[in-house]
Amino acid sequence: MLLNYVDFGKLMSKIEVKSFDLYYTNFHALKDININIVDRRITTIIGPSGCGKSTLLRSINRINDITEGVHTSGEINIYGKNIYDNKINVDILRRNVGMVFQRPNPFPISIYENVAFGLRVNRISSNRSIISETVERSLKAVLLWDNIKDKLHKSALTLTLEEQQRLCIARVIAVAPHIILLDEPCSSLDPVAIQKIEELIIQLKDRYTIIIVTHNMQQAARVSDDTAFMLFGKLIEFDKTEKIFTNPSKKETEDYVSGRFW
Amino acid sequence: MMKFNPKLSQKLSYLVLFLASTLAIMPVIVIIFIIVKNGMSVISWEFLVSMPKNGMREGGILPAIIGTFVIVMCTIMLTLPTGVCAAVYLNEYARDNTLTRAIKLGIVNLAGVPSVVYGLFGFGIFVMFLKLGVSIISGVLTLSIMELPVIVTTSRNALNSVPYSFREASWALGVGRWQTIRHIVLPNALPGIMTGAVLSIARISGETAPILFTAAAFYAPHLPHSIFDQVMTLPYHLYIISTQIPNMPNNIIFGTALVLLFMILTISFVAIFVRVYFRKHEKW
Repeated sequence: MLLNYVDFGKLMSKIEVKSFDLYYTNFHALKDININIVDRRITTIIGPSGCGKSTLLRSINRINDITEGVHTSGEINIYGKNIYDNKINVDILRRNVGMVFQRPNPFPISIYENVAFGLRVNRISSNRSIISETVERSLKAVLLWDNIKDKLHKSALTLTLEEQQRLCIARVIAVAPHIILLDEPCSSLDPVAIQKIEELIIQLKDRYTIIIVTHNMQQAARVSDDTAFMLFGKLIEFDKTEKIFTNPSKKETEDYVSGRFW
Repeated sequence: MMKFNPKLSQKLSYLVLFLASTLAIMPVIVIIFIIVKNGMSVISWEFLVSMPKNGMREGGILPAIIGTFVIVMCTIMLTLPTGVCAAVYLNEYARDNTLTRAIKLGIVNLAGVPSVVYGLFGFGIFVMFLKLGVSIISGVLTLSIMELPVIVTTSRNALNSVPYSFREASWALGVGRWQTIRHIVLPNALPGIMTGAVLSIARISGETAPILFTAAAFYAPHLPHSIFDQVMTLPYHLYIISTQIPNMPNNIIFGTALVLLFMILTISFVAIFVRVYFRKHEKW
């Protein structure tokens, strides 16, 4: 049975990864991952480069599907529905599981059209006033509205990188997801901008389940409730952030968070 | 071995490079100059809009202009949609396997086949086998087959130049693959596709060999009535009046060349304009 948009939205909240494996052609990138991510919390995934943290994140909205040579086994259940089931409509899944990328990637169209894009193209709504309201609400949610309400019809590429990243988050929020995945969202920003984006992420926690991949351990410690540590495609440890950073139970985790690793 | 002092070798290489680039542009300037000088006298409204008279030694070149125009427009209307669709398939959908790699390699190589080969092929297939005769349709189909690989190649390059991150951003919003192509990839690839199309138009207008056996008439007493008629075209007309007709007034030959040259230059300038205009508006 194919769940329609509204049903799917109401039900989705919890992410359960069950013995999940992923291969890029012959490379075994994710090895037997098991993790339960709780609703309305911020979870970060940390680990050295190439450990598979981005791959895991990109498996949760199945954007990895498009990459050539990717095959998977195991399950990722979002509120009990296996998203790797054949019957899942991937486009609807992705509307519910939004994603923000490493480099801000606004479309080269106006600020307004960027935020309205998902609504228009997905035909969620074609009513002008509903679209305008959604655009305003989304831009307010990312605290961008006051700065740009007078230049909504200027190109999104005229914004600063930080504003562009906020815009990308607003664009995701506009299609009403329940989970937001952020793939190193601050890596191309300066320290002041990083702080502002982190504050924003914490604010969004009330409404969304958020998963962040980061290589910045301070960031993980500052923003997240739970932290997962990955190494060589394996999930080493997953616990409360405080515990991971003060009293981890695995030797590898301790080495990594204390900087003795690599 | 003799050693130049650095300053001298600096000047020398500058001179060589400068001369080389002058050499590249000189013939073009000379050609344009000769054609304009000898052909200008015959150019008049009369010349452009009247039929040839007295064994083409007098009158105008209207049928050749119309013929070229009709053939070029039909060809581009056929190749552009087909070529862009093929390019979208190859670039956005096709998996990277032996078959698609063979197709891509084939397309690149087809773009290098001499045009006279296409002409003979078109004669064999369309004129003889499909019995379409020497006609506009045979010429258009032949030119389309010739131009399709070029359109596919330029369109693929244009599609490739659209950053992958735009596609990812769109997919991540739950926008399907086709909608992403339709709303993000194609609009951003359009300038490149258009430039390729305009340059193709310029190329098709100047081609003689592919229509030589398939569409071109030595002389047509009236304008074509349907796509199954033969037509006169500018390049072929130019060839005929330069080589086949005794006592041909020189200024008509050069005048015809001038019209053809002007047509192609105009089209090329449109291509440059399109490219410059769009480049100003793209900022990634």
